[in-house]
Amino acid sequence: MSKAQSVKPHKDKPVRPVINESGIEIKTLYTAQDVVASGGIDASLPGELPFTRGIHPEMYRRRPWTMRQYTGFANAAETNERFHYLIANGQTGLNVAFDLATQCGYDSDAPEAYGEVGRVGMAVDSLRDFEIAFDGIDLENITVSLTINGTAAILIAMFLAMAEKRGYDVAKLRGTAQNDILKEFIGRGTWIFPVEASVKLVTDTIEYCAHHAPKYSPVSVCGYHIRESGATPAEEIGYAFAIAKAYTDRALSRGLDIDEFAGRLSFNLNIYGNLFEQVAKFRAARRHWAKIIADEYHAKKPDSGWLRMIAGGGGFGLTIEQPENNIMRGAYYALVAALSGAQTMALCCYDEAYTIPTPKAQRISLRTMQLLIEEIGLCDTVDPLGGSYYIETLTNQMEDKIVETMKWVDDQGGVVKAVSEGIIQSKVSAHAYERQKDLESGKIRKVGVNCYVEEEKEDLKVELHPYDQAGAEKQIASLKKLRAERNAAEVERCLKELRADAQANRNVMPALVAAVKAYATVGEMTNVLVDVFGRYKEPIRFSL
Amino acid sequence: MTGRKKKILIAKPGLDGHDVGAKVVVRALMDAGYEVIYTGLRQTPEAIAGKARDENVDVIGLSILSGSHLPLCQKTAKLLREYQMTDRMWLVGGNIPEKDRQALAEMGFKGVFPTASKLSDIVSYIRENLP
Repeated sequence: MSKAQSVKPHKDKPVRPVINESGIEIKTLYTAQDVVASGGIDASLPGELPFTRGIHPEMYRRRPWTMRQYTGFANAAETNERFHYLIANGQTGLNVAFDLATQCGYDSDAPEAYGEVGRVGMAVDSLRDFEIAFDGIDLENITVSLTINGTAAILIAMFLAMAEKRGYDVAKLRGTAQNDILKEFIGRGTWIFPVEASVKLVTDTIEYCAHHAPKYSPVSVCGYHIRESGATPAEEIGYAFAIAKAYTDRALSRGLDIDEFAGRLSFNLNIYGNLFEQVAKFRAARRHWAKIIADEYHAKKPDSGWLRMIAGGGGFGLTIEQPENNIMRGAYYALVAALSGAQTMALCCYDEAYTIPTPKAQRISLRTMQLLIEEIGLCDTVDPLGGSYYIETLTNQMEDKIVETMKWVDDQGGVVKAVSEGIIQSKVSAHAYERQKDLESGKIRKVGVNCYVEEEKEDLKVELHPYDQAGAEKQIASLKKLRAERNAAEVERCLKELRADAQANRNVMPALVAAVKAYATVGEMTNVLVDVFGRYKEPIRFSL
Repeated sequence: MTGRKKKILIAKPGLDGHDVGAKVVVRALMDAGYEVIYTGLRQTPEAIAGKARDENVDVIGLSILSGSHLPLCQKTAKLLREYQMTDRMWLVGGNIPEKDRQALAEMGFKGVFPTASKLSDIVSYIRENLP
């Protein structure tokens, strides 16, 4: 049978239509004409505005991405041990996980913290815990990212105080805090204060860092969790940019110049899904953010418009079914991040769908990234997919979709209003519901879940990291000891000052830094702020 | 279903902020014709049991992904018993290991829906087991 004969019958039958998650129809073939029709190729070089191809001219040839696995559990001492293990295995940055009590502003001995101390991350009550957690870590060469939001202002103060105590010059200190509270209202949920007060606190950190720690990145705007909660890749970027603009506007209203802080804003974005859609998403995002900063905010410094990003995770893409497949998924997700020019990478571990990663699983994630660097050639040339008809067309189309989402947010009265009223939450969760139905019907294919499933029913391996009750009690005992040993009058004075500053609507960061240095606890400082600002009340909304 | 619509309370106890699953379940149950009340995040067992009593719900479903399901279910069950709601259906979903199923059933949480459960399984479980 000749080749022509075997192909012919198929030609009468149309191929299946493909529409990517962001809603763009994908052709079977792209040519130069498609690129032109979609807006043409951006001829700028990497390192040149609008940075479509990368924010640095030489990218990974100069320096590979930072490897920053999300880590933290139990207490400061055990977490410190894991940090040293990861660094010994070639990790180049830290990404700290905190327990829910710390994230929600409760001390380890608060009734609300019962059963949660050290469970999903490291327990932090005071500066003492930070001193132990980062003991022996070279903060000049290992940058630290704090995954903290509701209590971010407090933990940033703690980090700066800890570094200062160890003799580092805070004015030169690098590091990042997640500190994106608006996305917490949409997904992830570790909010404490009402929306306006929460945004005020974020603005306080931006203003304080611009003046005192100008190399520190006080905010990492997260499309990541919004995507996990149900948003499409284009919406992920659209919402993230709407949020980043909200913080930017607030910072400007404090009298800061755009060039004083925009360069320190960073982003945390997701990497699961269709490879080409993700790569185009990142290229489009980089270009569009640079345009926003240049055209709308009139920044003069080119690096103010850098979309510096950690691209990672992909937790939603992982499955509890056939969990070993997650190792392969992680490898492809890492490839996405590398092809997209991310500055920092973190991968979910294969066992992370059901437990806190084991050291072995964390090492596999680390080795996955190292393989790309050392063996597969991902660091040789910048933006290797640039110039592909498909990628360039899709980049243009993804940018249009991002603009569409941002316009929708504007039409709702802006992101702060839309979040306060639960509009974005409802839209995102409606999409999550559709996504779940499509997964159950098989419309979205998921290997090991709705296709290629095991013949014999698998025993799903939900294993919880055992809760260490003794460890929790030890943490509480140290907290009580600390409370007894510290200068109580000084703590009292600092908390009073914090209250006065919050009431007068002044920047609370100086008072927080002073309180932290006096070993005031996370719960004590949070309670003062709750007294003044109140607590957030979640809008329950299931329609637009 | 005859008479009044059956009422379901979906609740998020504790500090866990993962609400994608709970909200998706709420939508699926609404589509299946139930009246659904969603508590939102960060509810105490007291608030949840109180709501269940005040709203006189037929089903109480807890969603817990942080791993704290045993203490949280225990506390909620104690209060639900005090409020004489043992004749209602108690469910729990989330990141729950198989080995905890027995303990949860003994507390009164007969329907356990761990990670990877299907919406259709949850809906049909309620349909088949609700008196």
